[in-house]
Amino acid sequence: MSFLKIDSLTHRFGGLTAVSDLNYELEEGGIYGLIGPNGAGKTTVFNLVSGFYNPSEGKIQYRGEELNGLPPHDIAARQIGRTFQNIRLWSEMTVLDNIKISQHYQLGYGLPGVIFKTKKYRDRERKIEAKAMELLEEFNLTDLACEYPKNLSYGVQRRVEIARALSLGPKLLMLDEPAAGLSTSDVVELIDYIRWVHENFKITIWMIEHQMQVIMTLCDRIKVIDFGKEIADGLPDEIRNNPQVIKAYLGDGEI
Amino acid sequence: MSTTATIKTKKEMNLWPLALFIGGGIIIALGATGSINKYIQTVIMFIGINVILSASLNVVNGYMGEFSCGHGGFMLVGAYVSSILSVLLFTNSKWLGHPILPPSTAVFLFPVIIIIGGLVAAVAGLLVAIPSFKTRDDYLAIITIAANFIFVSLVNNLEFVGGSRGFMGMKGTVFAMEDVFKAPYMLFWTLTFCSLAVFLIKRLMRSTFGKGISAIRYDEISAEIMSVNTNHMKLVAFMFSSGLAGIAGGLFAHVMGFINPASFSIMKSTEALVMVYLGGMGSLSGSVLSAIIFTILLEAMRPLQILKWVLIPLMLILLMQFRPEGLMGNKELTDKFPRLKRFFTRSSM
Repeated sequence: MSFLKIDSLTHRFGGLTAVSDLNYELEEGGIYGLIGPNGAGKTTVFNLVSGFYNPSEGKIQYRGEELNGLPPHDIAARQIGRTFQNIRLWSEMTVLDNIKISQHYQLGYGLPGVIFKTKKYRDRERKIEAKAMELLEEFNLTDLACEYPKNLSYGVQRRVEIARALSLGPKLLMLDEPAAGLSTSDVVELIDYIRWVHENFKITIWMIEHQMQVIMTLCDRIKVIDFGKEIADGLPDEIRNNPQVIKAYLGDGEI
Repeated sequence: MSTTATIKTKKEMNLWPLALFIGGGIIIALGATGSINKYIQTVIMFIGINVILSASLNVVNGYMGEFSCGHGGFMLVGAYVSSILSVLLFTNSKWLGHPILPPSTAVFLFPVIIIIGGLVAAVAGLLVAIPSFKTRDDYLAIITIAANFIFVSLVNNLEFVGGSRGFMGMKGTVFAMEDVFKAPYMLFWTLTFCSLAVFLIKRLMRSTFGKGISAIRYDEISAEIMSVNTNHMKLVAFMFSSGLAGIAGGLFAHVMGFINPASFSIMKSTEALVMVYLGGMGSLSGSVLSAIIFTILLEAMRPLQILKWVLIPLMLILLMQFRPEGLMGNKELTDKFPRLKRFFTRSSM
């Protein structure tokens, strides 16, 4: 049984087929890359897996469970974490709160628990706080726990966003262009970070990225899509030299 | 800001419930001995009711960032339900006949009927909570206005509660309580429910559960992706908020002794909105302060008669011109005056 299995996934927006007949298989523990030119449908694939859209056709299976039709929060509760291309932190809540809220599905208490401050409520809150502080410590963000994300630099916001996704306790972490908007030196740092996250949290990472440096150094396996269709799948070296990939990225006209 | 401030393990002395207890006790004692006259007492009761109204509306409009302008409708539901129960159970009326229970039991059962009113209002909150799953912003605002109109027209057409002529007899319950033991009951219960409401809202918004509501305000999509069941949280926020409005309505009915649908029309909702925006969205201390200031201001300007309705809106316009985020913005009193923290903060557990 594979970890994440996508079977002939198709998604249409009105007349536009954003993803067509895509098959994908992820094994637990790897780092996978999904690349393609702008508008190829990469983010749509992520949005389909995280439950934003309901696929027009096809099946998504995660650890043996079918994800089709589940609302996003339910999919998140099955331990799939993700980040966004344009950072979507809760910019006016503290970094600590950002991290804590991601454990929402593990609360186990509701409004009555809050009103009467039950033992369960206090236990859970203590555990959530401890876990959040531990994460911040690991990400070197402890000093910023009470800062608001809007006051932080872009690079740090990226780090907070990854920490927030990890607070969910994911088995699969989907990174949507983690290097977007980062400077060259930040990118090198990011590569180390992702590698560290992968080893430290023992999770599967699946990312979309345009920076070839990030993709080629990190990924075990890469899939290239264009116009919603798979055009290549293989090891980084195979992808680098694949004529079809080069064509998709650079075009085939004379320059 | 140091992080140690947020991860206190040691429980701090919590002084504000004590301060509240003493303050409330003094007011009630003064009321009981007649040192403050009936008029001042009524103003204090209205302050209490308005604090519940604005603080509860703040849960939806401030913390959750939706725009609900039908708060008066939920107040109406609470007011009518508790009034009918009160008249039915404890008093002799020509509509509902003899009291079902001995009137003296009102002393214990009065808070129960107020809470029942709140619960029914919370259920009525579903009327706006469910559409909020699919729509938001201006469209949801229209739905909340519609809900307000539905409740008002419904009661207008219910003959057995007096229709548009209104409903009365709640004073009978208050007198029944006073027959058992003379005390300023309404003053006591408005202050109690008011503190309880503020306390519960504070507790809710401090919990990780309640912070899910704020997460919806700042980014609903990422809230959903980060495992917050946004539909459920909206349901909780709307029902909690309208339930508290229902409690405010029940108290209002018993303070006034007379209610009619017109007093819970869109005007009432607007009043609640003004208090929330005056205080600052997402600031609990802001909405408490603004409810106090607004109520006192309305009373203080009473001698100006009709001119009052020129001056107060003018003051609102000026305030919004110079402080568009309201009195407190989304900060709490303790953020503005860190020294107060000694009295107000407690560990986050």
